[in-house]
Amino acid sequence: MKVLLNGETVEIADGTVVAVLNALDLVKADGIALAIDGEVVPRSTWTDLKIAPGQRIEVVRAVQGG
Amino acid sequence: MSTGSLQIAGKSLRSRLIFGTGGFMSLSIMEAALEASGAELATVAMRRVDPKSPGSVLDLISKAGCEVLPNTAGCYTARDAVLTAKLAREALQTNWIKLEVIGDDRTLFPDGTELLRAAAELVDEGFVVLPYTSDDPVLARRLEETGCSAIMPLGSPIGSGSGIRNPYNLAIILEQTSVPVILDAGIGTASDATVAMEMGCDGILLASSISRAKDPEQMARAMRLAVEAGRLANLSGRIPRRLYAEASTPAEGLPDFEMDGDGDGRRAGTQEENDSPPTRSQR
Repeated sequence: MKVLLNGETVEIADGTVVAVLNALDLVKADGIALAIDGEVVPRSTWTDLKIAPGQRIEVVRAVQGG
Repeated sequence: MSTGSLQIAGKSLRSRLIFGTGGFMSLSIMEAALEASGAELATVAMRRVDPKSPGSVLDLISKAGCEVLPNTAGCYTARDAVLTAKLAREALQTNWIKLEVIGDDRTLFPDGTELLRAAAELVDEGFVVLPYTSDDPVLARRLEETGCSAIMPLGSPIGSGSGIRNPYNLAIILEQTSVPVILDAGIGTASDATVAMEMGCDGILLASSISRAKDPEQMARAMRLAVEAGRLANLSGRIPRRLYAEASTPAEGLPDFEMDGDGDGRRAGTQEENDSPPTRSQR
């Protein structure tokens, strides 16, 4: 299914967070956070999350700055 | 020698230097500078995950024994800043946030309205909010009233290396603020940091002055000493500024080297002069 992931339209395997992480070559979920359609998705809800086609997903992490 | 630790929202920091990780040419240079700075708190920004650039600033911060302070760098609206803060809390498991809401691209001065709005919302959501603000004492007071845990006024624009442009406003902010005041932005070199601490700032946040120096590691060491020196000087009660001199050496016991040709113990000259020589205190 197609979603907008970090500003790019990509194909992900299914509507799970794992599929999103795979699309970003992320092996583990440490130190990252997820927002869908402008709302933060708490980590505690990730296992049951069902992402819909066309949703706007942002996956962020800490970088040098400030 | 202890000059007391910096207390912010119940956390005790021995170092009054907060390390900004932005602007370093490489992570290894940043790592060396972080160690040299002695900082216990280092900032990070939140950006999209990029598979093409791995490498973890968090690992290096943790290796240096520092805690992480996420910021909302790059946000121009309260909405974006609040969202970024919440993402940071999720990613890093900390409710501390350095709040930046920028109002102008050239100066990077904060947008006061959006900053206050974001601060209020984040304080409500249980964040420990450290706002980057201007040198406007009124805005600083509003931020403190809103519940921010520190006030972080700029000395001059971010990365401008121009030191403290408005020491009078900073002095007013220092006088009126009960939470810690951390000078944040515009420091150029060690003396700027020392002056800020001498004025009574509780801490300094440094990024560009270290990261963009020719020798960042050495500058970080200089800044560490500068912050310590300024703090010690502030606690030591400086002498006042005077228009005129105040001799540091007492006048008593000053030897008299005037010529006495006839050996009578008195200076050559008129009887009257000899009868009423100038007193020591007039010298």
